[in-house]
Amino acid sequence: MSFNEKIRAMYVEQLEGIKDAGIFKQERFIHSAQAADIVVEFPAGSSLKKVINMCANNYLGLSSHPEVVKAAHDGLNTRGYGMSSVRFICGTQDIHKELERKVTEFLGTEDTILFPSCMDANAGVFEAILTDEDVMISDRLVHASIIDGIRLCSAMHDTFKHSNMSHLEKKLQLHADKRLKVVITDGVFSMDGDTAKLDEMVALCEEYDVMLFVDDSHATGFIGKTGRGTHEKCGVFGKIDIITTTFGKALGGASGGCVAGRKELVEMCRQKARPYLFSNTIAPVVVSGVLKVLDILSESTERRDKLEKNTAYWRKGLTEAGFVLKDGDTPIVPVMLFNAKLSQNISKDLYDEGIYAIGFFFPVVAKGQARIRTQISAGHEIHHLDKALDAFIKVGKKYDILGKSKQEIIEMYRL
Amino acid sequence: MEEIRDAVLEYVIEEYLEDEDEEISYETPLISGGIVDSFSMVSLKRFLEARYNISIPDEKASPEAFDTVNSITALVKEITS
Repeated sequence: MSFNEKIRAMYVEQLEGIKDAGIFKQERFIHSAQAADIVVEFPAGSSLKKVINMCANNYLGLSSHPEVVKAAHDGLNTRGYGMSSVRFICGTQDIHKELERKVTEFLGTEDTILFPSCMDANAGVFEAILTDEDVMISDRLVHASIIDGIRLCSAMHDTFKHSNMSHLEKKLQLHADKRLKVVITDGVFSMDGDTAKLDEMVALCEEYDVMLFVDDSHATGFIGKTGRGTHEKCGVFGKIDIITTTFGKALGGASGGCVAGRKELVEMCRQKARPYLFSNTIAPVVVSGVLKVLDILSESTERRDKLEKNTAYWRKGLTEAGFVLKDGDTPIVPVMLFNAKLSQNISKDLYDEGIYAIGFFFPVVAKGQARIRTQISAGHEIHHLDKALDAFIKVGKKYDILGKSKQEIIEMYRL
Repeated sequence: MEEIRDAVLEYVIEEYLEDEDEEISYETPLISGGIVDSFSMVSLKRFLEARYNISIPDEKASPEAFDTVNSITALVKEITS
């Protein structure tokens, strides 16, 4: 069967439907390295524009750090470009094992297994450790990659209301008859920037003999006093059974992820997790870069401390200007606009002012919850944040939303 | 029938509605209307099985059968009768 005109027409219609719904995604081309200041071509074909990046996961500003780049070069020179193999055939170098040891120590777990991405880690872990005799109970706002992993697993699945501990406890009681139970949450929730109540969750899991899974992708490297993650912040370091996280955000931002946790669970992943078994090993150049990142973070908390200060400065500035923010203290700072079109218009106007920040709306967030998600970095200096604040205030005045409550913004622009 | 219908409605409101101002009726589409995702159906199924001491076969626990309080009530009625 060829890709005939009838088939083409069907896909064209589907793509038009996505455009009509206002959810067609377009890439913006960046002509520089990832940093606070970037050079962008948008829309495609337009002249290049220097803007301040307020939407990268580059929380620690390490994506283009000279020491990380040098370590990656050294790895390229000594271990080559690719391995042309999965891990268990001939794709495991000494540096892969070194990275697994260092991540284990950094996260305070018993063992670690690398995956090509955290998406792959989440896609593979549940199927590897659970069967149809078991149950997975997840927060209703967990990341899409966890949802995919849950779909691939034969265990029963149930949910609890976002961060609602009494609802979670009811679910633990409801599913008490299951062989194994796993509670599943993000450490820091990527769209709202709030933090899971891991201290309460650990207590509940201990009471009901349940395992606890945390995806700490938006926390590893900077949440907690020494940046170990949400478990450090919540005082339950060493008590999480399974942590997944990424090297594609704060830890250099290239790619790769892992499952860290109880050694038997990690070994089950090594034996059974399909994205580990059937996907290529992480490239040596990336492993070398992440090793350097962990060295930098283990030597000093300077970068996460600066990020914390930048975040406080940014939140204070936006709050004083009169924007509606989601509560929290993480570098994910959502500026709430509620109306999807308003979020798109404000994003465009900010870009004209030299600020790169993206509007998020349904289906990425719930209907009526449209927002601009800003993300702060240790790579930002105060002058970046001041310029971004000036732009937000100018655009906020244009749309007359400064000092307005949620209800007032909704009355002006509807949902 | 009335007892089942009200018990199901009460459970759905408590279990799935996040916003206190949101209102649903016996005929509000739950799954096709985006109130209950197909994942979350499992707790409703388990609730019904425990409360009415029944076993709902997987082939009967379809998104269509679980789409409104009325259709869920009819399903429970059919299995218990």
